[in-house]
Amino acid sequence: MATLKENISFKLKEKFPEINFEISEFREEVTILFNKKNIVEVCHFLKEDEELQYKLCEDITAIDWAKRGDRYSVVYHIFSLKNNTRLALKVNVDESDCSVDSVSSIWRTANWHERETYDMYGITFNNHPDLRRMYMPEEFEYYPLKKDFPLLGIPGSLPLPKK
Amino acid sequence: MSKLTKDDVHPKIIKALLDADTNITVEDALENEMILNMGPQHPATHGVLRVVLRLDGETVVACVPELGYLHRGYEKMAENMSFMEFIPHTDRLDYLSPMSNNVAYALAVEKLLGIEAPPRAQYIRMMVSELARIASHLVAIGSLAMDVGALTIFLWTLREREKILDIWDILCGARFTNSYTRIGGVANDAPPEALAKVKWFIEQYEENLDECERLINTNRIFIERLDGVGVISAEDAIEIGLTGPSLRGSGVEFDLRRATPYLKYEEIDFKVITYPDGDSLARYFVRADETRESIKIVRQILDKMPQGETLLNQPKKVLPKKTEIYSRMEELIHDFMIVNFGVNPPVGEIYSAVENPKGELGFYLVSNGEGHPWKCKIRSPSFVNLQSLPQLLKGRMISDVVAIIGSLDPVMGEADK
Repeated sequence: MATLKENISFKLKEKFPEINFEISEFREEVTILFNKKNIVEVCHFLKEDEELQYKLCEDITAIDWAKRGDRYSVVYHIFSLKNNTRLALKVNVDESDCSVDSVSSIWRTANWHERETYDMYGITFNNHPDLRRMYMPEEFEYYPLKKDFPLLGIPGSLPLPKK
Repeated sequence: MSKLTKDDVHPKIIKALLDADTNITVEDALENEMILNMGPQHPATHGVLRVVLRLDGETVVACVPELGYLHRGYEKMAENMSFMEFIPHTDRLDYLSPMSNNVAYALAVEKLLGIEAPPRAQYIRMMVSELARIASHLVAIGSLAMDVGALTIFLWTLREREKILDIWDILCGARFTNSYTRIGGVANDAPPEALAKVKWFIEQYEENLDECERLINTNRIFIERLDGVGVISAEDAIEIGLTGPSLRGSGVEFDLRRATPYLKYEEIDFKVITYPDGDSLARYFVRADETRESIKIVRQILDKMPQGETLLNQPKKVLPKKTEIYSRMEELIHDFMIVNFGVNPPVGEIYSAVENPKGELGFYLVSNGEGHPWKCKIRSPSFVNLQSLPQLLKGRMISDVVAIIGSLDPVMGEADK
């Protein structure tokens, strides 16, 4: 029986021969790394494919690697209710072009996850219907989960509400 | 609720309200639209949820939930402390079921480390997470009933919950913020008194739940406030990312205990409760039946629980017992190393999710080989479940807002992290 990794890699290479997928496995979890410009079509395929059916988007977040060339990775965790398998998709985002295409047209739940990622890392999501900050006030100028944001916060960055 | 001036609502929220898709037909529209602010301090929003409603007469045309009033930055704090130090903070996520959060986090770190707790510890963990599920659902049922006007139930369900808190008191010395799990096991073995109390609790629980249900299940006011209110179809529920009882109330048989078994759930016989209607009443029924199912699980756990160690014997990864630290050199050294430099998991990243009372609680841990996580992302069920609020509220009356929020059972400590 083919493992999840083999199965996914076969299906993706068959469908997208021109895209370079880096598929890795750690603790029985499969992660697929590819170019960020293909994110929407790959997600659409994974959701709509008859055999895979990754219908549930569990989580979207980003990682700040601080010193690496492509500073951020945006990570998507998706789950197939049909096969009970989980998949992590990963795209690298550079600081100079800090944006990814939004997948909220594919999974509606991505809306808030992407807002949270934008709020915490400042990564903008193109074509997002309502890209506002999720937790922090709109006036807040910083992105708290970036590695260069100090743990103690920045004094005066959160103004008290008007009386 | 005091009158809102234009400055109180951020222009972007107003814009989101006005941009929202509002193609609903309102019979006898009053044609006097207004914007109403509900929360963040409102008894029916279960904490500090703020909902900005756009109303036409009494009908909700659009709504924008505003989160972040309880944002404490736990993800940032996790990056600055060792894996072990974060356990007490998981108590403060879903503060109605701290035990299951502890279990979820311990499982995530163990997966990253590549270790597994001894069987007895796993059974104890399963027992506490099922009891936590009962406790959390009891609060959910009680506060939902209170939101729609049946006050007695709240007192009765909290009385039952009190008994579970007493069990935790015996088990780990704390009633609310338990921090009972350790990486590689649990803090201490379940004493016989605690197990006896669990046994007593499950014997008398169902009778008491029946009593509560007799009060509300035939109560016409309660049923009519919930029946057909806040309907969401199965496809929409998956699309919007609902998990837990809210998803199963829409007829989707998805439960992580069954879908991706963790701990020893594959040895346990239980049913995944679903109701097809997808309305607030169905979500209430799912919760009530799930507590019965949890009782069944706890009964099996008590029968099957093996004897043995409750903490893994892996000196480089698991903190040794306190008595050993004080009496042996080796253990003292290991304790010093783990406390000061942390357990150093291999470079890698894992996502581990468990079925919490509210839904799927996931931890995404990224390790760069050091003693503290490079990143810790908390996928909290309440956060995602709240996203369905605009859809559920659209076209309903303003009095349904409290019923729908109550049926989703959000906990803001978790939604805001």
